[in-house]
Amino acid sequence: MKKLIAVVLTAVMLLCAGVALAEDYAIATDTAFRPFEYTDETGTLVGIDVEILAAVAEDQGFTYTIEPLGWDASIAACQAGQKDGMIAGASITDARKESGWIFSDGYYNATQSMAVAQGSSIAGFEDLKDLSVAVKIGTMSKDYADSLAGQYGFTVTTFESSPDVYQAVIGGQCAACFDDTPIMADYIKSNGVPLQLVDGTANEGADYGFAVFSPDKQELVDKFNAGLKNIKASGKYDEILAKYLG
Amino acid sequence: MTRIISTYGQLLAAAMGQTLLLALYGLFFACIIGMIVGIMSVLHSRVCRAIAAVFVNLIRGVPMIVLAYFIFFGVPYLWNTILGFGGLTLTALQAGSICLALNCGAYMAEIIRAGIESVDVGQMEAARSLGLPYWRSMYRVVLPQAIRTMIPSIINQFIITLKDTSILSVIGFPELVNTAKNVVAATFMSFQTWAIVGAMYLIVILLLQRAAKVLERRLKYGS
Repeated sequence: MKKLIAVVLTAVMLLCAGVALAEDYAIATDTAFRPFEYTDETGTLVGIDVEILAAVAEDQGFTYTIEPLGWDASIAACQAGQKDGMIAGASITDARKESGWIFSDGYYNATQSMAVAQGSSIAGFEDLKDLSVAVKIGTMSKDYADSLAGQYGFTVTTFESSPDVYQAVIGGQCAACFDDTPIMADYIKSNGVPLQLVDGTANEGADYGFAVFSPDKQELVDKFNAGLKNIKASGKYDEILAKYLG
Repeated sequence: MTRIISTYGQLLAAAMGQTLLLALYGLFFACIIGMIVGIMSVLHSRVCRAIAAVFVNLIRGVPMIVLAYFIFFGVPYLWNTILGFGGLTLTALQAGSICLALNCGAYMAEIIRAGIESVDVGQMEAARSLGLPYWRSMYRVVLPQAIRTMIPSIINQFIITLKDTSILSVIGFPELVNTAKNVVAATFMSFQTWAIVGAMYLIVILLLQRAAKVLERRLKYGS
């Protein structure tokens, strides 16, 4: 009996150890949102978001851990207080602010647009009647697609990551997809994803921001803003953008 | 909580409908697959038994989420791009139904095999020695007895399959979990939304269990 209790206690302690150590900020991000975050050939998480956060943290002297949870899981984790903040190409919108997002200053401006499989005959929203369109859950692109769905008579299918969205179009399960323009452009250019952007389908766009979900975390947003200003002044910011978009 | 129900109640109810539709398609084909494979695995023919064993082991050895990705994304890619035939598209409902049918079918086959094997060999031998052909002995003597022992396991498998439809949220099928994720993404009320969704599953499954109990009782007394 004593042995059993000892084993159980050890197991509980091992579990707790990881939790108790977390003095750093815990940051969540998306799994695959190239070039803002993705895993490279060596299995390392890289991308514009990842490097901006690293540069800001260095400038502001804080430590953090970053984990690619996926887009909607990141939001849920931050809301539940499991993570302190997220940097995942999140567009700053009024609707999000109203529902509890607290954003930093914008660090990149992006639009959303439509893409179709290479060689597809779809040339605009008018060609989407009775077809299905792929988007990622909880994104600006989903709102954008929803806003057009009624008028053009298409249905919206939701997936958990950008690669899933693209695969659904490449595989022909969906006729088109909506996602952030720079992301799709990069996947097409760097990964050879057989999609093509459709001209004239971009919306007005919005800035990406770092986000937290509780007023207690305002301090982290302030640090991010201060750090962002510094890395913009020092040229580090341009360096990062050039590295991934150049 | 009330805000979610009043704003998204209809959407969630429709999603429950989609979940049930998917489960129904899946279970229907699973029953057919399970019956065929289950009977194959008790036949004398070695080939039949081997085919059945390979199928069951293959499906049981692969997590359903992998099967779902494989069928929805992998198979059309294989057919259209790697093999170059082109023209194959699967809707999420089709891919989801196939996935459920294969997965549940493999487990059903095992239930059916065990059910048939639980009937004493003497029953089959007695029927055969009275001059009944093999298939009629199976159909008239063995299966009626076997089915009674299978019912609770089959109902259990139905419930598991109904819950497994949630895994198919990853291929974009607008069933309850996929829809709920969208509701959470729009409202950021995870606690309320998931509580409602959990309750919806619970109610449907309790009703299914009730119906199953009635069915079980009927089969027990009047045959």
